[in-house]
Amino acid sequence: MNRTKRIISVLAVMLIAAAVGFAGGGQEGAAPGAQAAARQQVELLGAGASFPAPLMTAWADDYRDLTNGRVTVNYQSIGSGGGIRQFLEQTIMFGATEANLNDQQMADAERATGGLAFNMPITLGDVVLTYNVPGVETGLVFSPDTIAGAFLGQITRWNDPAIAELNPGVNLPNLPIQIAHRSDGSGTTNIFTNYLTKVSTEWADRVGFGSSVNWPTGTGGNGNEGVAAIVQSTPGALGYNSLVYAVLNDISFGNVVNRSGNIIEPSLQATSLAAAVQIPPDGRVLLTDTEAAQGYPIAGFAWALVYENLDQNDAIGTRLEAEELVRFLYYIVSEGQEINESLSFARLPDDAQELAVEMISSLTWQGEVIGADIIADVRANGF
Amino acid sequence: MSERLTASQASSAAQLPARYREPGDRVFRIVVSSLASGIILLAVAMAVVIFLEAAPTFRAMGFLSFLTETTWDPVRAVHGALPFIIGTLISSFAALAIAALPALGVAIFVAEYAPKWLASMINYLVDLLAAIPSVVIGLWGIFNFAPLMRDRFYLPIYLWAIEEAEWLIPIIGAPTTFNLTTSTLILALMIVPYTVALARDAIGQVPLEQREACWALGSTRWEVMRMAVLPYARTGIVAGLLLSLARALGETMAVAMLIGNSNRVPFTLFGPAATMPSIIVNEFREAVEPLHYSSIMAVGLYLFFVTISVNIIASWIQRRLSMSKGAV
Repeated sequence: MNRTKRIISVLAVMLIAAAVGFAGGGQEGAAPGAQAAARQQVELLGAGASFPAPLMTAWADDYRDLTNGRVTVNYQSIGSGGGIRQFLEQTIMFGATEANLNDQQMADAERATGGLAFNMPITLGDVVLTYNVPGVETGLVFSPDTIAGAFLGQITRWNDPAIAELNPGVNLPNLPIQIAHRSDGSGTTNIFTNYLTKVSTEWADRVGFGSSVNWPTGTGGNGNEGVAAIVQSTPGALGYNSLVYAVLNDISFGNVVNRSGNIIEPSLQATSLAAAVQIPPDGRVLLTDTEAAQGYPIAGFAWALVYENLDQNDAIGTRLEAEELVRFLYYIVSEGQEINESLSFARLPDDAQELAVEMISSLTWQGEVIGADIIADVRANGF
Repeated sequence: MSERLTASQASSAAQLPARYREPGDRVFRIVVSSLASGIILLAVAMAVVIFLEAAPTFRAMGFLSFLTETTWDPVRAVHGALPFIIGTLISSFAALAIAALPALGVAIFVAEYAPKWLASMINYLVDLLAAIPSVVIGLWGIFNFAPLMRDRFYLPIYLWAIEEAEWLIPIIGAPTTFNLTTSTLILALMIVPYTVALARDAIGQVPLEQREACWALGSTRWEVMRMAVLPYARTGIVAGLLLSLARALGETMAVAMLIGNSNRVPFTLFGPAATMPSIIVNEFREAVEPLHYSSIMAVGLYLFFVTISVNIIASWIQRRLSMSKGAV
């Protein structure tokens, strides 16, 4: 009995040794080829907002094909706040966010790296008012005052004269308005509350804007899907969602009177038009309540975050990685924009695109400007 | 101290039979004791890290005023934990109160009254209920339970109260689909299987002699239950209830999905509220401002304290009950 056991264990040990030997041999044999490939292959590490994550994934796939598998992009959708924090802690090569860096964060980044932190526009986010009013179709008209009044809890019924006046011919029921808002911190909330802050002084005094705010009224749902669930299950609900989400889930959404007095129906084009304004050189502009006559007023950029001095970012180890990052960023704002609308994301308008290219051109590695040369190289030879 | 320790170790080593002093035995003891102390270290390290992360908030707000402040406004950088503490305590204790009696009833029925085939079926279903992920229960709550409750209970009760009982309005509030009551009922549903399973086991462990003695005295079935079985199983049942309470305190997903997430106190029964786990899961990801981030950590620290105190109270009650058990 004991003997059989011993024989079995000896056999097992021999088998394991043989397996290890084979594996080792295999590795040795493959090593030269793998190393040659490794010299070329680069993984770019990014993280941040969940809103542009589907687009980022599509860009990454497209770009990997474009470069024959040379560059893979690993983007982690951890939220704008997480993206900003990891970017400032230099654990990622680029961040993505729906809320731009504030002055304090810009100053911190400058002190840490000796150069600017760029807020580079990559796409636009739009927020629509979603509602569930029995007997009322999509396309109800809202003005800045009615939106602010409803979310402040001052306009409490759907047949309020302020709403009825904007919607002649619509049979509005005498139903209480039930506000639905995001309970999780989100860039969508940032854009929406920033809009309310601009159009209503009372909102600005009482609530203000941010990715989480102290809501005067209403029920909170987690994520776009949480707000949508409240709106869909509650007659009389009024909430806000990103346009893509409302369209895909067939939720009624309203048109909004913009600053120029035009009634704007939410669309990707109207969102792109919102950016038809003067954009400051650092890219930090909130497009809400836009001055553009045909622009949809509740929209904002999503940005990629990148350090001007790439070598100062601890997450970037080699010049090769920095160069590949520059190429990918250029791809995002040039060829990558072609796939935006097929995924229901707004395209960057020309001005914003030019600004982004300008930012990429001025990226440096150890004091040497590498961005402009790489862009010239890409334009001549492809990615 | 160390002297006495080594002395006692030496004496115990001397008393052990030779085969327990083999190297393998010693290695095993080292492995086991390092694993065990690892758990203690882990808990302490967790508390320390959370405290350090939360420290900026305590410096800015004060340890006690953070506890009593009722505003949670990340924009104005005013943070207070009281709404979430209230929300957590109300929903958990109410859920426990709702779940306790029915769960005890099921446990008694399964252990004493049900025929074997029915008991095994009920046991199987109860275990199944415990295995449903909370996010699935939350989804069911969003799409079925909450709208049903609103149409059948909240709205009719509210409309009745407007007409007949004006004084109720401040307590129940204007009904929303997702509110304190909805999440409390779902919490109760989620802790029932735990309470049932633990109470059932406690009742099952009551010795047969105990029951037989009571039968022999001519007791009815209910009297056996009341006088012989329940007092004996009391410790186990109470421990089970407290374990269920601990689960209710920490339950995150289903509550965050159904409670309506409003930070404004006073909460109303049919209005939205928030709990400590729900605010953490909601706002942690996007907390950019340092004070906002550390305030969420501070809420986490309070949650840590609340859970630990419940556990300490639990073991205290258990000890008291098991000491008096001898008299039964």
